[in-house]
Amino acid sequence: MFSILRTIWYVFLHSFQKRVTVQYPEEKPYLAPRYRGRIILARDPDGGERCVACNLCAVACPVDCIALQATEDETGRRYPEFFRINFSRCIFCGFCEEACPTYAIQLTPDFEMGEFHRKNLVYEKEDLLIDGPGKYPGYNFWRVAGVKIGGKDKGEAAHETPPVDVNSLLP
Amino acid sequence: MTSPYPILSILVIVMAALTIAASLIWVERRLLALWQDRYGPNRTGSFGLLQVVADAIKIFMKEDWIPPFVDKPVFILAPAIIFITVLMSFAVIPVAPGLIVSDLNIGLLFFLGMSSLGVYSVVLAGWSSDNKYALIGGLRAAAQMLSYEVFMGLSLMGVVLLAGSFSLGAIVEAQKKLWFVIPQFPGFVLFLIAGFAETRRIPFDLPEAESELVAGYHSEYSGMKFGMFFVGEYMGITLISAMIAVLFFGGYLGPVLPGAIWFLIKTFFFIAFFVLVRASLPRPRFDQLMSWGWKVMLPLALANLLVTGAAVLIWR
Repeated sequence: MFSILRTIWYVFLHSFQKRVTVQYPEEKPYLAPRYRGRIILARDPDGGERCVACNLCAVACPVDCIALQATEDETGRRYPEFFRINFSRCIFCGFCEEACPTYAIQLTPDFEMGEFHRKNLVYEKEDLLIDGPGKYPGYNFWRVAGVKIGGKDKGEAAHETPPVDVNSLLP
Repeated sequence: MTSPYPILSILVIVMAALTIAASLIWVERRLLALWQDRYGPNRTGSFGLLQVVADAIKIFMKEDWIPPFVDKPVFILAPAIIFITVLMSFAVIPVAPGLIVSDLNIGLLFFLGMSSLGVYSVVLAGWSSDNKYALIGGLRAAAQMLSYEVFMGLSLMGVVLLAGSFSLGAIVEAQKKLWFVIPQFPGFVLFLIAGFAETRRIPFDLPEAESELVAGYHSEYSGMKFGMFFVGEYMGITLISAMIAVLFFGGYLGPVLPGAIWFLIKTFFFIAFFVLVRASLPRPRFDQLMSWGWKVMLPLALANLLVTGAAVLIWR
């Protein structure tokens, strides 16, 4: 009997406590910088696409929501012809970001992507590409990669010595 | 003490009762939210006040589905009964001096009779639904309300002894010196508990225990018929709160403010208490409920009656 009255009193004391509800649309929750939200494709500091269409993200994706087609421009630089993420399937696990060797695909702290039509959740490359380098500012894959592309011969990359001619006998 | 404008006072009391019952949809949700550290409905209109309107529009738009297997006339009649009986009880409640529909000299008995008739609504709803959960809900309601009605009546007899009248107007006037809650405190507690059982509110909501019986006796109801049960329940809360205010807390008596305001303040206090108890207590087992009613509450009510009777005999 006493415990019943005590319960009622303790519940009444809750009238003076702070309410825990976050009034969402007016009051936004804090999202950590590494929050796994909407996926974007980042660019180099020079403005070129980072994605080299290696397909690792599409392989890593557990729900197969990433589709892309690799192609090459006239200078030998690989890039995706199309890059499509179906966000109605995406589970925001971040495996694509972990798999990416060039920091091209990144997850951002933004989850407000509701749509009235399901097909609007399929994002094409122009929806995914952003203008900046995202979370990794100074990095440029083609500047450090030892691959020859137009405008950059072998041995011209950063931290790279010119190639050695192994057929020559000179020291 | 009867009103000089009977039609007007009927209109005022009916409209006030219906408005309060409807607004309880919002009040209850906001208060529950307060005690659970939430906000409750606060989007529709200022403070979410238009939630009542939104709910009303929604419930009228719903399909009013009558299942093919039900006993149709009884099924339709059942929700009306609870509404009618509760609304009839409001006729004997003195809201303010002179603002009463009919100051019957057996007002208290009329109230008890009407609340007994309210059982029919629940039982018939459970019976006509032809659904095992509804039937169990109806049976539980019948057993519960019959057992709790017994000491509900007995707990009020102390008040009747002290006031010397069954008329609610006379009972209020008899509290000019001292509210009956002080000499009749056991009676007040017993009546409060019986009131919870009569309105089938948590912790006595076994007839509609949603975790065991779907929705109990109103499982098969939809649309406005379900809404009638809902509004009936809220009207019941208003009625019991008003009765507590009238019988134990001096009804419209109070300093400075006009009588109707005092009456409303007291009624709202007990409505809020109903919600507070809903926010705090779990539901007992059915055998606990019955043994509590018969083995604890009934002897207590009889003892209270005995002591009050003796005291009245000695001091008069």
